[in-house]
Amino acid sequence: MAVQTTIRKNAYYDSVTLMLITKDLAKLPGVEDILVGMATELNKELAANLNLLTPELEALSANDFFVTAELTGDATMESLVEALDALLSAKKSSAGSSYRPAALQTALSNEPQLNLALISLPGRYAAAEVEKALDAGLHVMLFSDNVSIEDEKRLKEKAVSKQLLMMGPDCGTAMINHVPLAFCNVVKPGGIGIVGASGTGTQEIMSLIDQLGEGVSQVIGTGGRDLKSEIGGLMMLQAFEALIADPETEVIVLISKPPAPEVAKKVLDLVKDAGKPVVVDFIGGDRGAIEAAGAVACISLEDAARKAVALLRGDTAPSDFAGFDVPEADIEALAAHEAGKKAPAQKYLRGLFTGGTLADEAMKLLGPELGTIWSNIPLKPEEQLKDVKVSAEHTVIDFGDDAFTVGRPHPMIDPSTRSERIVREAAPDVAVLLMDVVLGYGSHPDPAGEVAAQIREARENAAAAGGDLTVIASVCGTEGDPQGLKASRETLSEAGAIVMPSNAQAVRLSAKVMKAIRNQGGEK
Amino acid sequence: MEERILRANQEAFDRLQLAQPTIVGIGTAGEDIPGMDKMTVLHAGPPITWDRMSGPLRGAIVGGLIYEGLAKDEAEALELAASGKITFDSCHHHNAVGPMAGVTTFRMPVWKLRNEAFGNMAYCTLNEGLGKVLRYGAFSEEVIDRLKWMEKVLAPVLKATLALAGPIDLKTMIAQVVQMGDEGHNRNKAGTSLLIRELAPYLVMTEFSDEDKRDVLKFMHSNDHFFLNLTMPACKCALDPLEGIENSTMVYTMARNGTDFGIRVSGLGNRWFTAPAEIIDGLFFPGFTKEDANPDIGDSVITETCGIGGFAMATAPAIVQFVGGTPQDAFNFTSSMYEITIGESTAFKLPPMNFRGSPTGIDIMKVIETQIRPIINTGIAHKNAGVGQVGAGLVRPPMKCFEDALEAFVVDAQSRGLI
Amino acid sequence: MKPLNGLFGKQLKVVNLGLEAFYEDLKSQSVEVVQVDWRPPAGGNEKMLSLLGKLKGKK
Repeated sequence: MAVQTTIRKNAYYDSVTLMLITKDLAKLPGVEDILVGMATELNKELAANLNLLTPELEALSANDFFVTAELTGDATMESLVEALDALLSAKKSSAGSSYRPAALQTALSNEPQLNLALISLPGRYAAAEVEKALDAGLHVMLFSDNVSIEDEKRLKEKAVSKQLLMMGPDCGTAMINHVPLAFCNVVKPGGIGIVGASGTGTQEIMSLIDQLGEGVSQVIGTGGRDLKSEIGGLMMLQAFEALIADPETEVIVLISKPPAPEVAKKVLDLVKDAGKPVVVDFIGGDRGAIEAAGAVACISLEDAARKAVALLRGDTAPSDFAGFDVPEADIEALAAHEAGKKAPAQKYLRGLFTGGTLADEAMKLLGPELGTIWSNIPLKPEEQLKDVKVSAEHTVIDFGDDAFTVGRPHPMIDPSTRSERIVREAAPDVAVLLMDVVLGYGSHPDPAGEVAAQIREARENAAAAGGDLTVIASVCGTEGDPQGLKASRETLSEAGAIVMPSNAQAVRLSAKVMKAIRNQGGEK
Repeated sequence: MEERILRANQEAFDRLQLAQPTIVGIGTAGEDIPGMDKMTVLHAGPPITWDRMSGPLRGAIVGGLIYEGLAKDEAEALELAASGKITFDSCHHHNAVGPMAGVTTFRMPVWKLRNEAFGNMAYCTLNEGLGKVLRYGAFSEEVIDRLKWMEKVLAPVLKATLALAGPIDLKTMIAQVVQMGDEGHNRNKAGTSLLIRELAPYLVMTEFSDEDKRDVLKFMHSNDHFFLNLTMPACKCALDPLEGIENSTMVYTMARNGTDFGIRVSGLGNRWFTAPAEIIDGLFFPGFTKEDANPDIGDSVITETCGIGGFAMATAPAIVQFVGGTPQDAFNFTSSMYEITIGESTAFKLPPMNFRGSPTGIDIMKVIETQIRPIINTGIAHKNAGVGQVGAGLVRPPMKCFEDALEAFVVDAQSRGLI
Repeated sequence: MKPLNGLFGKQLKVVNLGLEAFYEDLKSQSVEVVQVDWRPPAGGNEKMLSLLGKLKGKK
């Protein structure tokens, strides 16, 4: 068995395309191991780890493309390359063979009316392209991460001085003029404007607004670090002011993890002169300050959506929603029923999330009931999971975190990172699996389908071992999404999951089930 | 510095746009080409020594020496060529260009062109035709006989014709042919046709026999590429005035000798930046494969340097049949050349590009930044002398030429204290 | 200056640099979008980038 390589100098393909192609090629008969990619230091390292690194590969630069594989049986590099080219050209021909400019400058000279640049290049190249876009007067949505905070500050200052948006870095969700950008749900047009420093948090709120029958005017992302003191909320403030001035926006929702205190103050100071209701979800942040500023505080992403809708409909003082869409009594009965099926050893909860904010919300809402929750994005540093591949006791994992996305696409694009783990998580001491399924543009064509088989298998294994696994899921999406909200929910219930209408309700149900288990503990 | 470069490049580009390449007559290498003597053989591409020359170039030199009467057969010619008694030099160093091997010797007739905007001259031999010809390294009796006929009949008839016709404006003619399906390098059917049309009324009035006049007309008509030997010196005399514009990164020469590819940059004077020429990627005539191909050869890439040839591929979509492509591919190739050029030709407008001027003025900085190398559409010679053309296809200059030039440019700017 | 230079009133014309999927999604919704066939400047060659930088006055 020899390692064979194919090299193409000066050929560039985007990382996600290559990773998905690697996946397809790996399924071909005779392919023992394969890596397809640009010859970056990282990929060379990955190749070395797979024992697929050759001296030729070593000599390549980041602008060169390679395929390296260990082939057995009848598989030849020729047939592999044929399959590869078929996959690559399938993408190209569907895109049409029209000319693609090699640089932003050329794109602009061909079409001077361009107004927004969506940038998802590797981090170390992204800042320079953002600068070019801003210099040319374009708004920017920066999906890339691994951009320095110094660059972020400099670029945002430039953007603000030119009345331009610089959404990012690490901005995955936006909807400008009703156009979904990057990872975004299809939401009806309406009167609620959103500014979000968190991707899936924004997606959950906008999706719930749509499900409740209302719509959005604009959804502006700021990137996850915008409200840190180094950046000072530059984009949040600019976007907030724009929505205040926007006649289509009647209610404003702001979402972020708790900002640096002086930044929170700057944002809240704008509320009193906004002239329209402002809902502020500083996820888990200081409620008092928010209300003192004249804004409406929230206890969850769902609560933020519900309050925004209520305010839009004229309810000036909407109350907290900490309940369920069905009567409380039904929920209690369901929790008791689920608890009753458990084997004595089953006492832990595992949360497997693709959305970081949803995972974070889950941990915050579960804290009171569960106590210590191990995680790769823990609420407290001492609760950091030692080995992110191995859960312990109560564990909540964010599969979208860097620890899992080096060399692999985000789990919203390639659900296998998480689905591979589902069956393993259903250990004898686990009672509840909790998960999110995120729909919308950017996401996999069938995220619910991609976890259904594993949910089924996990539950079967638990039953065979004399116990029962409760799987609770929520679908973040709308009927307008390519994947379809209703269809996705059905796929999950058919697989044996209990599907809740929101992340908050799914989490609260999990807490109820865990409580019921705790209460009956020791009786059997 | 960036400002200086922009201004210098604009100056270079403007000079090129001012060019007025004009046919002013027919002469001979010995009488008209500066620095020519009986023991000098000019060739295409950057300077090269005999020991490094490829098959087709050596074959052409053998043929040239036999034609000149300096050797009576191949064996003598080879000995003479290797002896050191013959001076080999680039056509480019003598205001000349030559297609494929580009071998130009003392007695050979040449087109005489003048750039009326600046008064500089350019010369090129007349195109022999297709098949076994000197420029592909053939040197059989048939080849020598043809060269002699060209010297004794073709040239005098055309010389007399031009004397009656007066100067012929090639800029206007080339502007027309790029709207007729030609691109001036690998497709010249329209150009050859327009030339014959232009010359015919005067040709018939010259004092030669009907047979000679007929043979000359038939000769031109039988060779679609007759016009190539005019587009080349037209581009050459248009570009030569760009030599030595301080701080300009515009390429004013590209050429290959069958072993090396060389470029020259306006701001770096007459320095050559060379690297091994590449093998052409294309379609081969039946019976031939890539193994038979000689590396890229010829001065004809002066057309791309001037914004026509491969750069105007969109306007000559028939070309892509040679490379198994589609008209959309031709469009895309031209589109990509706008990414590496300074401006758009004011004279050569391309209908499929919505009449945009062809991408003109290769900027070495843009080539390196975008990693897009100029596209060249060319014929493929057999690596052995005398076999002839074995295919056609696409090729690009090696990146090393541009990298070395960029490095030299920076060193030069530093030495002048500008950075 | 109008807030965000009047972005909210305009028809979005997007230029996409990076993931092909984002371009495809916008195209499928008939949004005006151009995909840049992006590659690292100078092919990532440090020496060439440094030379270009010197000529462009960058440190």
